[in-house]
Amino acid sequence: MTDLTSLTLAEARDALKKKEITSVELTGAYLKEMEAAGALNAYVTVTAEKAMEMARASDAKLQKGEGGPLEGVPLGIKDLFCTKDVQTTACSHILEGFVPPYESTVTANLWRDGAVMLGKLNNDEFAMGSSNETSHYGAVVNPWRRQGSDAKLVPGGSSGGSSAAVAARLCAAATATDTGGSIRQPAAFTGTVGLKPTYGRCSRWGIVAFASSLDQAGPIARDVRDAAIMLRSMAGHDAKDTTSVDRLVPDYEAALAGGVKGLSVGIPKEYRVEGMPKEIDDLWTRGIEWLKAAGATVKEVSLPHTKYALPTYYIVAPAECSSNLARYDGVRYGLRVEGRDVTEMYENTRAAGFGAEVKRRILMGTYVLSAGYYDAYYLKAQKLRTLIARDFTEAFSEVDVLLTPTAPSAAFAIGEKTDDPLSMYLNDVFTVTVNLAGLPGISVPAGLSGEGLPLGLQLIGRTFDEETLLRAARAIEEAAEFTAAPGAWWRA
Amino acid sequence: MSEFESTMRQREPRAEDLIKGQTGDWEVILGLEVHAQITSKAKLFSGSSTTFGAEQNTQVSLVDAAMPGMLPVINRFCVEQAIRTGLGLKAKINLRSVFDRKNYFYPDLPQGYQISQFKHPIVGEGEVLLDMADGRVVTVGIERLHLEQDAGKSLHDQHPAMSFVDLNRSGVALMEIVSRPDMRSADEAKAYVNKLRTILRYLGTCDGNMEEGSLRADVNVSVRKVGSPLGTRCEIKNVNSIRFIGQAIDYEARRQIEILEDGGKIDQETRLFDPKTGETRSMRSKEEAHDYRYFPDPDLLPLEFTQELVDGIKASLPELPDNKKARLIAEYGLSPYDATVLIGEAARADYFEAVAKGRDAKLAANWVTGELFGALNREGHSIEETPVTAKQLGELIDLISDETISGRIAKQVFDSMYKTGRDPAKIVQEEGLQQVTDFGAIEAAIDAIIAANPDKVEQTKVKPQLAGWFVGQVMKSTSGKANPQVVNEILARKLGLSSDG
Amino acid sequence: MSVDQKTVRHIARLARIAVRDDELEALAKELNGILDWVEQLGEVDTADVEPMTSAVAMAMKMRDDVVTETNLQKEVTRNAPGAEDGFFVVPKVVE
Repeated sequence: MTDLTSLTLAEARDALKKKEITSVELTGAYLKEMEAAGALNAYVTVTAEKAMEMARASDAKLQKGEGGPLEGVPLGIKDLFCTKDVQTTACSHILEGFVPPYESTVTANLWRDGAVMLGKLNNDEFAMGSSNETSHYGAVVNPWRRQGSDAKLVPGGSSGGSSAAVAARLCAAATATDTGGSIRQPAAFTGTVGLKPTYGRCSRWGIVAFASSLDQAGPIARDVRDAAIMLRSMAGHDAKDTTSVDRLVPDYEAALAGGVKGLSVGIPKEYRVEGMPKEIDDLWTRGIEWLKAAGATVKEVSLPHTKYALPTYYIVAPAECSSNLARYDGVRYGLRVEGRDVTEMYENTRAAGFGAEVKRRILMGTYVLSAGYYDAYYLKAQKLRTLIARDFTEAFSEVDVLLTPTAPSAAFAIGEKTDDPLSMYLNDVFTVTVNLAGLPGISVPAGLSGEGLPLGLQLIGRTFDEETLLRAARAIEEAAEFTAAPGAWWRA
Repeated sequence: MSEFESTMRQREPRAEDLIKGQTGDWEVILGLEVHAQITSKAKLFSGSSTTFGAEQNTQVSLVDAAMPGMLPVINRFCVEQAIRTGLGLKAKINLRSVFDRKNYFYPDLPQGYQISQFKHPIVGEGEVLLDMADGRVVTVGIERLHLEQDAGKSLHDQHPAMSFVDLNRSGVALMEIVSRPDMRSADEAKAYVNKLRTILRYLGTCDGNMEEGSLRADVNVSVRKVGSPLGTRCEIKNVNSIRFIGQAIDYEARRQIEILEDGGKIDQETRLFDPKTGETRSMRSKEEAHDYRYFPDPDLLPLEFTQELVDGIKASLPELPDNKKARLIAEYGLSPYDATVLIGEAARADYFEAVAKGRDAKLAANWVTGELFGALNREGHSIEETPVTAKQLGELIDLISDETISGRIAKQVFDSMYKTGRDPAKIVQEEGLQQVTDFGAIEAAIDAIIAANPDKVEQTKVKPQLAGWFVGQVMKSTSGKANPQVVNEILARKLGLSSDG
Repeated sequence: MSVDQKTVRHIARLARIAVRDDELEALAKELNGILDWVEQLGEVDTADVEPMTSAVAMAMKMRDDVVTETNLQKEVTRNAPGAEDGFFVVPKVVE
């Protein structure tokens, strides 16, 4: 076997089951690629020893014809997931050195199913960002470059380490989290598939919290099938998370065979925003044609409160984050910067431990919750959420899925938007509505920009109807025949 | 009138409650926020134990320590306990309530927020009736009861420059019970806490142990001239004994009156009571950040349950103190005072009823509230620890009623029962304490005394009241066992006095 | 609504983040930029709208009153920057 890392997750899984390859070989190949890909800065922690140990254990099971659905498959884990005895920092200075004595439910599910952990993936600090430039461990570099340019581009965020690692084949697939678009936008920027499940589909237990009512774990994978396989293992009810839902986890991979014949697809007219690049608009139109050709019916729908989603998000998410991040106080874990008394210790620790974007959001959230402003901001935003969710409910009374672009642009250059928080926030304009309403969404690579960068289309489904979503995504994938790959310029 | 003021019960000021100042009489307005630890095995949102007195940080789950990514899961039993308590306070139970985060920084608050209920508490308005020593019944309104988490504990005396933090209490379930500002004296405030404690203990929802911190009170104190609008109040935090509540109120009311009479004004602030000095002092650390930024906890869905659940709990409630009091008065003819003393603890009332069953209830009440409670108090025993069982005390009363022993001897027998736990009949028999009603024996004893004291006999003929001396001598010679009635009859005859004289 | 430097200092104090005086102006500008932008929510009439309380409508699940945790003193204190004898140790708190 020459190029083990080129196997998709499904292919690797099948080859392992048939004993054509071993997990030790496969894991070793990934570790080698990871070592050569330092320039991408995708991993913040490599757990080579643990990986080989897990691989050996998997091989022993596979040898006996045993093993779980992901037996021996090497994965990358976003550093937001707490991993037992492996440093977990959410890529923040304030959590530096934190070694959890526990394992997040989602990663525990993956290990239960036989997966192998390669290491922890870079992300925006506490998942706050759309470019992976806010990480304490430095920006992640997108494996993709513009044609004829070696300018470093962002891989999207906050799951930029996950998207870059999957695109550069530094893991078979990766875990990620999505609070406002953090799975789907990086997937779109890197030519990968990113699936944000319905709120409550995956347990949040053991995932460093950003905004509790919006956070949801999901996979970034090479194709729709791999995403379906990953979700099946990640999802499930967890008694430790009362917002996780007690519903059977379907066989998402089996659902892919369904096709889209007779499926009704909605095109939300409000997503045709002013100033949208023509190539994005064209891609969207192409997507509509593909689905029609595959037998779906397409109709325009209206989501009238779409324009308010982003400002709503930028009240709700900072408010929740200001409270969720209060626990980083230098007392029980992570960084402590001393002061004359305990208050000064807090202030010094948090000033030194949090980066600029995190501080900005904590201050913003503190302000909107402070005395006298609650009704005007937080309560207002939660009411807008009701209206935004109601828009979707009405649309889904007419159609089965919605099709939109994932992001308003292709990947941009590192440093291009860091000076202007608002322009950075606009990256989430098409993705954030889904989080506010708790719906599932998926980004599928659908074409290349004029500069040769991947572009994604987003599908949005009904709550807990990831199966229909995946079927539609598979149809787009089949029609798009997206086979482009970045040149491996990063190999040392 | 402020909104706050409009919620107050209108009460005519009583002269006894007013405090005399330089410029006139002052009325004290009191409202209490009581934090009652819910009796439960596990904490409100985690599976850690709530046992008191464990080694530091040994009852701390990952959730209680606010490890990253940890999530709260509510304890069903704690919810039921809050409902049970609400029903005991005759309060409105809200079928839907919401948990909010109260955000502030403190080392013993690991999350940086306390999960509490702010806008929508689980229990709404109710009331508590106070049984005052002078027989008055005072009604105190309950504004609300809500569920919240306790914080950990900071120890400041272990190190000169550092504080030590123990999170064992962090996350323990509390009920915060907020009264209306309906109390007007330290005695009423004390009676309120006492009554509330009694109700909670009847319900089994809080053990009421103030020494272990299971029950703490924040006392809101303000003063005003009679008929004036409400004054600015100060909140005295975390007072942990009923005696201290009285002391803190007395001190704080006088402090406020002095300031006002000197032309000053009261700052609304949080104060701390120091039991060593008996004074209250300002807690400056709590002052600056009173902006708690409450918002609904996004990790928890609204707390919803059905009326059926409430009805089921209601059906399982024990007889509550007020009902028990009314029944003891009606059924046993007790005085309100005796009834109040008895209902203080359900076990005391149960004891009384076991003794009184089929017996003279007043006699039973006297023995239970007098001799038994006196002895328990003296020895520092709880009713559960009594060495004299209700059955035994009942048997003792039977011995009095059938005149086997006199009341006086009964006290002697009781003391022996308390010391040894033996049955009264056995003590009476073994120690030969049976009352002598045998005319012959008593007459012989009297004859002997008369023969030996002819001078006293002569004197008694002039001064009949000296007959008492003879009674005493007879009792002495019979070791107190002679039936006093028989003694009196025979003496009267022998000394030539009219027996009814 | 506009945030001045004094307000930024107050919020930073509430959030326990030390800010230098020379940071205040830039922070106030950024916050105002975001606040001005979210102001547009005011256009929507939400008088009769219930705020969303959870992204997915379901009943809250509860746990039984059972002690499931053993002594985790080592686990919960092992990451602490200051720990002694099983306690977390912090600079003195003044009440």
